[in-house]
Amino acid sequence: MSQAGSISVSNIQKIYDPEGAAVHALENCSCEIPSGKFVAMVGPSGCGKSTLLNMIAGFDKPTSGEIKLDDQLLVSANTQTPPNSDRVVVFQNGALFPWKTVLENIAYGPIVQKTRGRGQAEEEARELLNKAGNLERIAGSFPGQISSGMQRRVEILRALINKPKVLLLDEPFRAMDTVSKSKMHQHLLDIHDKFRPSILLITHDLVEAILLADVVLVMTTRPGTIKVNINVELPRPRSREMILSDEFTELQKQAIAAVHEEARKAFERGEKELA
Amino acid sequence: MIIGITSSVLLWYGLVQWTPFKAFNRLPDPLSVIIEWVSTDPDYGLSIFTKDYYLHILYSTYRATVAFFLALILGVPLGIMMGWRANFNAYAGALLDFLRPIPPLAWVPIAILILPGDEPAVIFVTFLVAFFATTLNTLLGVRSIDPDFFRAAECLGATDQDILRDIIIPGALPTIFTGLQIAMGAAWFSLVAGEMIAAQYGLGFMILESYNLVQYPTIIIMMATLGIVGYASSALIRVVGKRMIRWREQATGIGQEAET
Repeated sequence: MSQAGSISVSNIQKIYDPEGAAVHALENCSCEIPSGKFVAMVGPSGCGKSTLLNMIAGFDKPTSGEIKLDDQLLVSANTQTPPNSDRVVVFQNGALFPWKTVLENIAYGPIVQKTRGRGQAEEEARELLNKAGNLERIAGSFPGQISSGMQRRVEILRALINKPKVLLLDEPFRAMDTVSKSKMHQHLLDIHDKFRPSILLITHDLVEAILLADVVLVMTTRPGTIKVNINVELPRPRSREMILSDEFTELQKQAIAAVHEEARKAFERGEKELA
Repeated sequence: MIIGITSSVLLWYGLVQWTPFKAFNRLPDPLSVIIEWVSTDPDYGLSIFTKDYYLHILYSTYRATVAFFLALILGVPLGIMMGWRANFNAYAGALLDFLRPIPPLAWVPIAILILPGDEPAVIFVTFLVAFFATTLNTLLGVRSIDPDFFRAAECLGATDQDILRDIIIPGALPTIFTGLQIAMGAAWFSLVAGEMIAAQYGLGFMILESYNLVQYPTIIIMMATLGIVGYASSALIRVVGKRMIRWREQATGIGQEAET
């Protein structure tokens, strides 16, 4: 999967309800997701992280500014490229179709895009399940029959089979316990090593962000903009033990300082948990 | 279940035979009803051995079936459109909200005036209640689908047609079947009333007719038959529903795997 693409976000402004009480969700927000890189975005609740992700996905458009995918205009105030399989979202609460089996879910993209026939799509889905760690045994299960961690892995595979230019992960591990979460981190790192898609991950978890990403973007409280851009130069393949290294601690200090300043601002403004 | 039925039949027998209340004296006791029901030569002309008994069942079942399928064919697509397209709902929803509170029997005179003959009129009032139940439950079913499923399908490249086939219909199906069961129940309810007013055959007609002719055991036979036929039709829908919504049974029936 070498078709990874790059996303460039420039001067995005998003105001909700421009007539009434205007809420400035995003202001002067610019960032890059370089091709094949893993970018994590952290920031206080309600800072507009999900709004930005929705714009890239094609669910929403900005008040001004533009987002490009490989130098092609994706969204601006007047343009909105509809959602497509080149930018696939993995949702916060999971969105596998419960009435389709794991195999049917993964094969769904190629089938509806008519890029492959059903047989071939399911064959590829099976291969993908195997590559992701011998998961073929769950191919015939319905999503409700497998654990939530497994559901997330399947949902990521359902996205990957389309060879998306960018994978958009909207807090996919939010509701998980610590042990499942750290297992999921390893699975996601494996997937990134094997397939090298460009990834945008939204998260609240700083350790998660630093452990997984090449770049950690810390957002300010509303109106959201990029406060700090932290380059994570930990070697790949990554492993959980790196959390204990001095380098990691140093990065974590930087990130904590930035995040906490914004969290305090948001808290003082009495903002409710929105994300 | 057997204990329940036995004790209620005993209670019925006791009330008729041993209580001093005059009100219960005219009620036939269970024994005479059953004897009449299975008699080869019934006193009042209707038993499981007479052709007319089945003719009444056939008429009622036919009307209920036609009304039910009309409601299914028209109600499900309407409900889907209302749930899926907000502007469609703005038009159809207002009309439906206005018509729904009108009791079905209030439609009978107008139905007889407009439609050719009694038969379509009875079917129409039966259809009407089933139609409302089907439409509203389908609408509810479509609205209950997680919006992320629509977004996920769009991300994966699904067209409107794919979304209808793969998201809306399977997603709304459990609620649609609940609606169909309600529709079937409401259809029988309305059918019996319709038959009492404007029909020459059918279980509802025969109940009122037996009352007029002082054939009290026949009333009970017809009521019990309605119970059986109504239960059977509802059970049939449940069975079909279960077969079509297998994923639900499987997903809830088996415990979750521990591994992540």
